[in-house]
Amino acid sequence: MTTTTMTHDEAHHDHAPTGLKRWLFSTNHKDIGTLYLLFALTMLFLGGASAMVIRAELFLPGIQLVDPDLYNNLVTNHALLMIFGAVMPAAAGLANWMIPLMIGAPDMALPRMNNLSFWILPAAATMLILSFVVPFFPGGGTQINTGWTLYPPLSIKVGMSMDFLIFAIHLLGISSILASINIIVTLLNMRAPGMTLMKMPMFCWTWLVTAFLLILVVPVLAGGVTMLLFDRHFGTSFFDAAGGGDPVLFQHLFWFFGHPEVYILLLPSIGVLSHVIPTFARKPLFGYKSMVGAMLAVATIGMVVWAHHQYTIGMSLGAVTYFMVGTILISIPVGLMIFNFIATMWRGSMTFETPMLFAVGIVLMFTFGGLSGVMLAVVPADMQYHDSMFVVAHFHYVLMPGAVFGLFAGVFYWLPKWTGHMYDEKLAKIFFWTNVIGFNITFFPQHFLGLAGMPRRIVDYNAIFTEFNVLSSIGAMIFGLSHLLLLYIVIKTIRGGKKAKNRSWEGAKGLEWEVGSPPEFHTWTTAPQIK
Amino acid sequence: MCFNFSTIKKMLLLSLGTFAFGSAWGELGVNFPTPAGDVAQDIYDIHMLTMKVTTILLVIVFAIVIYSLYFHRKSRGYQADQNFHNTWFGNWSWVLVPALVLGVDFTIAKNADTVLKTVWEVPKEKDIMDIKVTGHQWWWEFDYLDHGIKVESRYTPQDQSGDLYLREVDNRLMLPTGKKIRFLHTSADVLHAFWVPELAFKKDAIPGYVTETWIELNREGVFRGQCAELCGTWHSRMPIVVESVSEAQFATWVDGQKVAQQQALAEANTDKTWTLDELKEKGKALYDTKCAACHQVTGQGLPPAFPPLAGSKIATGPIEGHLHIVINGKPNTAMQPWGTLNDLEIAAIVTYERNAWGNDTGDVIQPADVKSAR
Amino acid sequence: MRRSDQSAEARKRRTTWLLSLLALGMFGFGFALVPLYDLLCQVTGVQSVALRSNSEQGYAGSSAGEGASRVVTVKFDTSVHPELPWDFNAADISLKVRTGEIYEVDFLAHNRSNGQIIGQAIPSVVPWQATAFFSKLECFCFNRQVLEGGETTTMPLRFMVSSDLPREINSLTLSYSFMRLDSGQQDLPLKKDLQASNKTITL
Repeated sequence: MTTTTMTHDEAHHDHAPTGLKRWLFSTNHKDIGTLYLLFALTMLFLGGASAMVIRAELFLPGIQLVDPDLYNNLVTNHALLMIFGAVMPAAAGLANWMIPLMIGAPDMALPRMNNLSFWILPAAATMLILSFVVPFFPGGGTQINTGWTLYPPLSIKVGMSMDFLIFAIHLLGISSILASINIIVTLLNMRAPGMTLMKMPMFCWTWLVTAFLLILVVPVLAGGVTMLLFDRHFGTSFFDAAGGGDPVLFQHLFWFFGHPEVYILLLPSIGVLSHVIPTFARKPLFGYKSMVGAMLAVATIGMVVWAHHQYTIGMSLGAVTYFMVGTILISIPVGLMIFNFIATMWRGSMTFETPMLFAVGIVLMFTFGGLSGVMLAVVPADMQYHDSMFVVAHFHYVLMPGAVFGLFAGVFYWLPKWTGHMYDEKLAKIFFWTNVIGFNITFFPQHFLGLAGMPRRIVDYNAIFTEFNVLSSIGAMIFGLSHLLLLYIVIKTIRGGKKAKNRSWEGAKGLEWEVGSPPEFHTWTTAPQIK
Repeated sequence: MCFNFSTIKKMLLLSLGTFAFGSAWGELGVNFPTPAGDVAQDIYDIHMLTMKVTTILLVIVFAIVIYSLYFHRKSRGYQADQNFHNTWFGNWSWVLVPALVLGVDFTIAKNADTVLKTVWEVPKEKDIMDIKVTGHQWWWEFDYLDHGIKVESRYTPQDQSGDLYLREVDNRLMLPTGKKIRFLHTSADVLHAFWVPELAFKKDAIPGYVTETWIELNREGVFRGQCAELCGTWHSRMPIVVESVSEAQFATWVDGQKVAQQQALAEANTDKTWTLDELKEKGKALYDTKCAACHQVTGQGLPPAFPPLAGSKIATGPIEGHLHIVINGKPNTAMQPWGTLNDLEIAAIVTYERNAWGNDTGDVIQPADVKSAR
Repeated sequence: MRRSDQSAEARKRRTTWLLSLLALGMFGFGFALVPLYDLLCQVTGVQSVALRSNSEQGYAGSSAGEGASRVVTVKFDTSVHPELPWDFNAADISLKVRTGEIYEVDFLAHNRSNGQIIGQAIPSVVPWQATAFFSKLECFCFNRQVLEGGETTTMPLRFMVSSDLPREINSLTLSYSFMRLDSGQQDLPLKKDLQASNKTITL
């Protein structure tokens, strides 16, 4: 990124380029942010469709819609589409759009790498979808029936679709590492004069930590799946006990990535909340410093407790005790975050526009998910919960409010900024209520299913589990279809609506509200001075 | 704004209500079943303890948030307290809150640790009974190491099990009460997990690993569980049924098993030449338990993963090819080798497959043919 | 446009390089975990396959131990994975042994198939706390085993239980899982073997 190229880009972009070229070759953080968000929205619908097929199959006992392997394939794809396709790109989209605006930078630090990290994604998504589709063609091999955890030896036995999946994971990993490098370089080097790290907006802080986590753990997953690929095709035996390898090693590699991944999904949404709640409570964020500290603590402890996903593999007493205590301790920083949010609302002057509704919903439901997480951390009790529907309920209560609702809050919060139009508040509220009620009907009964003895990832179940499954599936249909309303609201807002002010919300603070709504194609070409 | 608040309140009350309602359902099968051993009871108690603690915390958080949502609203004319974060509370909450949470954590961890030790430290008595539990795709093998008995346990299809579909097996895991039992968990292919909620633990079956769990059953009964680790296509069809009986009944059962095994062995070792009908009858029984899960009772299979046998090239083609695939399996497919079956059993299965569902080859395969094909 | 600042550009480049190196380093760390894993297992007590099969460990721990000698029961158990067409059994179900003394037991292996097959045995000791006190001085599990078609052989195991074995352990079970080394991934060796024994086969 030399100065000359930047000058060139500037000249070239003086009038925003039009047509396909604008998007294909874009180095503008706003355009790339938009691309990320649109991509995430597409993946959200694909992942959601697979979830709805899963719930439709589980509506009643018996195998009605999909055969067992297709069911397992859907389970695998639902997880990967949602995590790598929807949530991570959506968070990256928010980061691209908002970070330069928030820190007073003209663009991301590495604009051309930004373009690359986005355009890898459609290729990766194609590979991912191919891995799902290939088995349907003659000679396409068996379907991926391993779940997203890809545990060997099962994943060694799957046909060629697994290779597509491995390459998809490689590409997704490269994309998110590039994006992370870009974000860190931007945050460390391009803040407006006077904006020290401890004056940085909370959303930027959460992304700084998230990006570091990504760089630390995604390569390890890439290494793990590479070994899987070698075991499958090049006669190595990293995970084959007969050849001196160890099948449990993969689980350690996977969860070394997999557990911090939870915080990767979670933290950007925590960042969004740290803006939404103060805005609508009309008072500053409670405990900025403790929030930063809590976040660093979560990231640090989160890196070293991965084996709580593997309590049942047969570790020694010392090992499980360590992982149990470590995991329970995570409740301290997370508890502090929740407390800070509640304390921000406390004695505020609250109004309940859609972003705030989502924020309140998150605080309540995420607390619920966090507390069931404490239950799962307790090893003896987890001997029961492990791999049951209780776990499915738990992590959806963590990730839907913790990650997805946070992103929804962010989208509604900044939509007026991006489009220059206020969204339809009434429709958005209807969306919130159908979404949240649908979500709770879907996942709340699954706690009981798990406790009653239903394992996860089964295509067929005994009739004693019917009632709650029926309820859960009905909820899932409401929940799934409610997202069509989201799509409609977003399109409607892009096309028109009440003109948004630069400061779209009465209580909003921060540099992003100083620029126009929608912002000019180039903003902060002169850096603002922070007092 | 009032509208918003009242809907929020409704939602909160609804979810709280559902939760309380849920707890009251404990006896109606939404909670773990009554444990069948003292260790299992400990696990159950720690589950209830953490659930109570977390429920109390949840209620507190909900109460504070609801209070705030009601009173600290702009529509009620509440003015935001801009200095709340600068009060002594604001300055010290980062110490107070973690200290409180730590207290709760400590309560849970201390109790959990006590239970964990009993669960994890398998008793080392000399006369502990060893049972090896091997997960297979998609059935369980139970080896009573001290008695030399092997039990193969497979799910029973819906037409036989009825209401207990996916909760019933052909051969149950028989266990005596009042005796310390140690399970050795391992797998013959992919990962599986042993889970019977009444025994209150779960353990993965990992190829190349032998992991331990233990139980001392304190009541008789039939306890139903199933495989809890995704193990491929028929993961849902791996129930485990434990039948807990008195020691005397268990001893009788052991004797019966030993006699049956000797009879089977004697039968397999006779030099007798079997007739088509004898082999077909034996073959059907074996086929329906061991092969029908994939190839189906009707021989139609479930293509593409499980090819049909009715009219198939292999089941109507050369006998050698048929025997080869049954004995050695087909690499990189779900077809596993069945070479562990004895000559008579393979002869019976192959004869049946070649003479059922319109495969009227008329071939009769004798155990000696299988022997030479190995 | 913002005033281009040479030092700011240099700073950006440096951060970018450092972060790229970090990412590459973590990719390497993933692979480094393969050997590190055994270390981790020793620390955390996960009984990894490598730890249990390692002959080195058997020699290192082969001291008779310093405690008083006593009698413990050793049970023998075998599993053969279905992909391996072998019969494999211990000659005795169990043995009463004095700690600190060397014993030898035989395992009988028979290749049911017509072809040459390579197998690998993986030992486990139950309770796992006894693993460190069970020394295998000579074991067929140290190497891969090759059996010709129809071959029957005796595989000896020489072992010793250390007198340092924790007092509460009076009975331990040695369990072997025998697996096929090529995992049955290729169909070719079998076909070839069958052709060698002059059988025609159509699949």
